[in-house]
Amino acid sequence: MSAAAHVRATGHGQGGPASKRIVVGYGFWLFLLSDIVMFSAFFAAWAVLARSTAGGPSGRDLFEPSRVAAETALLLASSFTCGLSALATRARSLVWTELALLATGLLGAAFLVLEAQEFAGLVARGAGPQRSAFLSAFFALVGCHGLHVAAGLLWLGTMMAQIPVKGFRATLERRMLCFNLFWHTLDIIWVGLFTVVYLLGAGA
Amino acid sequence: MLGKLTWEAVPWNQPIPLIAAALVLAATLGALAFVTATGRWTYLWREWITSVDHKRIGVMYVLLGLAMLLRGFIDAVMMRSQQALAVGHSAGYLPPEHYDQIFSAHGTIMILFGAMPLVVGLMNFVVPLQLGVRDVAFPTFNSTGFWLTAAGALLVNVSLVVGEFARTGWLPYPPLSETAYSPGVGVDYYLWAVQIAGLGSLINGINLTTTILKVRAPGMGYLRMPMFCWTALASSLLIIAAFPVLTATLAMLGLDRYAGFHFFTNEAGGNQMMFVNLVWAWGHPEVYILVLPAFGIFSEIFSTFSGKPLFGYRSMVAATLFICVVSFMVWLHHFFTMGGGGDVNAAFGIATSIIAVGTGVKVYNWIFTMYGGEVRFETPMLWALGFVFTFVIGGMTGVLLAVPPADFLLHNSLFLVAHFHNVIVGGVVFGVFAGIEYWFPKAFGFRLHERLGKAAFWLAFTGFWVTFTPLYALGLMGMTRRLQHVDVPEWRPWLYVSAAGVVILAAGALVQAVQLVVSIRRREALRDVTGDPWNGRSLEWSTPSPPPAFNFAVLPQVQGLDAHWRAKQAHLAQPADKPRYEPIATPRNTATGVVVGVFATLMGFAVIWHIWWLLAAGFVGAYATFVVFAWRDRDEDEIPAREVARIDRARLAGLRARETRA
Repeated sequence: MSAAAHVRATGHGQGGPASKRIVVGYGFWLFLLSDIVMFSAFFAAWAVLARSTAGGPSGRDLFEPSRVAAETALLLASSFTCGLSALATRARSLVWTELALLATGLLGAAFLVLEAQEFAGLVARGAGPQRSAFLSAFFALVGCHGLHVAAGLLWLGTMMAQIPVKGFRATLERRMLCFNLFWHTLDIIWVGLFTVVYLLGAGA
Repeated sequence: MLGKLTWEAVPWNQPIPLIAAALVLAATLGALAFVTATGRWTYLWREWITSVDHKRIGVMYVLLGLAMLLRGFIDAVMMRSQQALAVGHSAGYLPPEHYDQIFSAHGTIMILFGAMPLVVGLMNFVVPLQLGVRDVAFPTFNSTGFWLTAAGALLVNVSLVVGEFARTGWLPYPPLSETAYSPGVGVDYYLWAVQIAGLGSLINGINLTTTILKVRAPGMGYLRMPMFCWTALASSLLIIAAFPVLTATLAMLGLDRYAGFHFFTNEAGGNQMMFVNLVWAWGHPEVYILVLPAFGIFSEIFSTFSGKPLFGYRSMVAATLFICVVSFMVWLHHFFTMGGGGDVNAAFGIATSIIAVGTGVKVYNWIFTMYGGEVRFETPMLWALGFVFTFVIGGMTGVLLAVPPADFLLHNSLFLVAHFHNVIVGGVVFGVFAGIEYWFPKAFGFRLHERLGKAAFWLAFTGFWVTFTPLYALGLMGMTRRLQHVDVPEWRPWLYVSAAGVVILAAGALVQAVQLVVSIRRREALRDVTGDPWNGRSLEWSTPSPPPAFNFAVLPQVQGLDAHWRAKQAHLAQPADKPRYEPIATPRNTATGVVVGVFATLMGFAVIWHIWWLLAAGFVGAYATFVVFAWRDRDEDEIPAREVARIDRARLAGLRARETRA
């Protein structure tokens, strides 16, 4: 991109409307910010209710550090492979893009399996979300993140089907950009979740 | 098969909702029959329902808002008449369980399905024109946002006849809204209607913010944007920051109701005050989401009808952004009686008083804009003047309520009801009517009838004060809000006066309807051929009325504030040399938005009535729509240069005719 085109693209009013790539990326950033605001409300609920165990089990009794460590490793690795898919797209390599996306999807799915196992185990021990406000906040916050990962997998699958059919056209490239932003944001939220819920919660 | 839905869901034994539903149904069927008889389905489908043109979507938002405003007003008529009748020994005509639904529906509808679509519709229509561009950032997304809002509105109206609406007030405070105390579907209707429409609002906020920050005409720097664009930006930023909190809060209440969670319950450690805090963390910014664009409309009108640039433009920008930020720091004044303690209440009381400073700056700016100008008292200007008078008094009663000791006495009384109607009717509703009157010629190519417009204003203005002044007095006497029956006979005269005020307001609404009909019938006489009927200042007035699909044949080069005024002064509206027309790519119409709206309605209805298969089917349908949309190969149409030239030459001919006359 030439220097003149870059100035035009910043959208500060001198060069007219910004390029479509910038407009789409910017709009998606705004969506991600709104999503983070939504998570912050669930984090706030967690902060208020974390000690309201109603005589039931607390985080120290329930959380399994090894499982959470594995979940974290899977998700961080999936972020890495997701980054690789962006590089492969830039290099116009269909095979590597698909492989990197496949790896991202499998790692994400493995994360979801571990999370589902954790949830099922808690419910089986009588520590479901109905047990106490603490567990309600836990299931909602962690589950909301899990739902986002699941929605991401659906999106990812759709794109993996689309790229070989349609090739690397501009709309798809922009969608890939957005998907990358989305996936990394889920990672950032997981880091917050890991710290605030599991690390601080296990100590409480 | 049908979950909780049975024939008993229809209130066969209650005549009022049945008659209302029959009327709505008859009106809908009548409209459908009219469209079929005149063979306009193709036109409607191609030009409106599947349209991704921001102007068309804006108009549809406004129509939806006006219809819902009427519905909410009918609720208001019932409430005021019930309170006037049910004093002492009389029981009135509305049983408590029905009355409770009416005041809940009134608030929900007026704020979320009346005021929001009206404000959003005007922003959608005007902002791209003022920025000098051809469309919003995400046209298809824009259409989806509208249809999601319409889906939410539809669900609220379905509750009139299938099942019931919430009896919990417009914000469903737990524990009353929990399953233990509200086992019916009323709260569920509220939850899903608001969730779906809230998603539409979020889409709109993202779309407009991106448009204003990234899609502007060449030369349109931030400090050259018309004031309305600034307020639309502030409002959209607030939507992005506040609506997700509402989504999360209502999701928590939904989990409590559907899955036995304990966020807000009395038992197992739930915390009821957390709901109140979270919901007002959205609810207070929501007030400014509505009123900031109204401030923008008034800024445009004061400046245009005084023939002067807006006084203190930069201070107006600063005040807008100040209000935008501080609106997040005052939420606790909605519940000083929570028991947060003196320090907490003092902090929020002071913050609340400080936010009035930003509004004060604006009021002085508007007054100084008129000072020394050639003020024209046309209909939009009357609404603007009525607004300043009404809003300042509403603001002052608000500052009174911001003092915690006073609030302890006045909270939950009719004084509070009078206060927030004073600012919301005086601010938002007057603003929207001013805006409709002001931009109507731009949208449809002819003006609204002037004398009928003025009559409507005077009726609304008088009716407002006759309705709400008695409520201030009643509040000071100790009458609490939401009373289905009034025990104190001494209050009766005040309630009668207030009911009489509603009659005046109804006359105002009628005159507005008549104004619309008369204006349509006399449209040839009221035709605006210049595109600039008010001698306007910003770029929307440089386009023909109504503007072509692409708005601007050649993107304007903006040299400063009040771009169109500047061009007129310098006689630059006529291009010196022949413009070079190029083909214009416009986004293709798509049914994606309306189809998503249909599936959202089905999903909402399914989840309200626990019809799980329908929920799954709706989800699959929505996902399939998304895939079909993602798969399409052509997303733009091209308007050939010859066609652009033909349309623009007609505009230039109009301008020439105007300049010769001048």
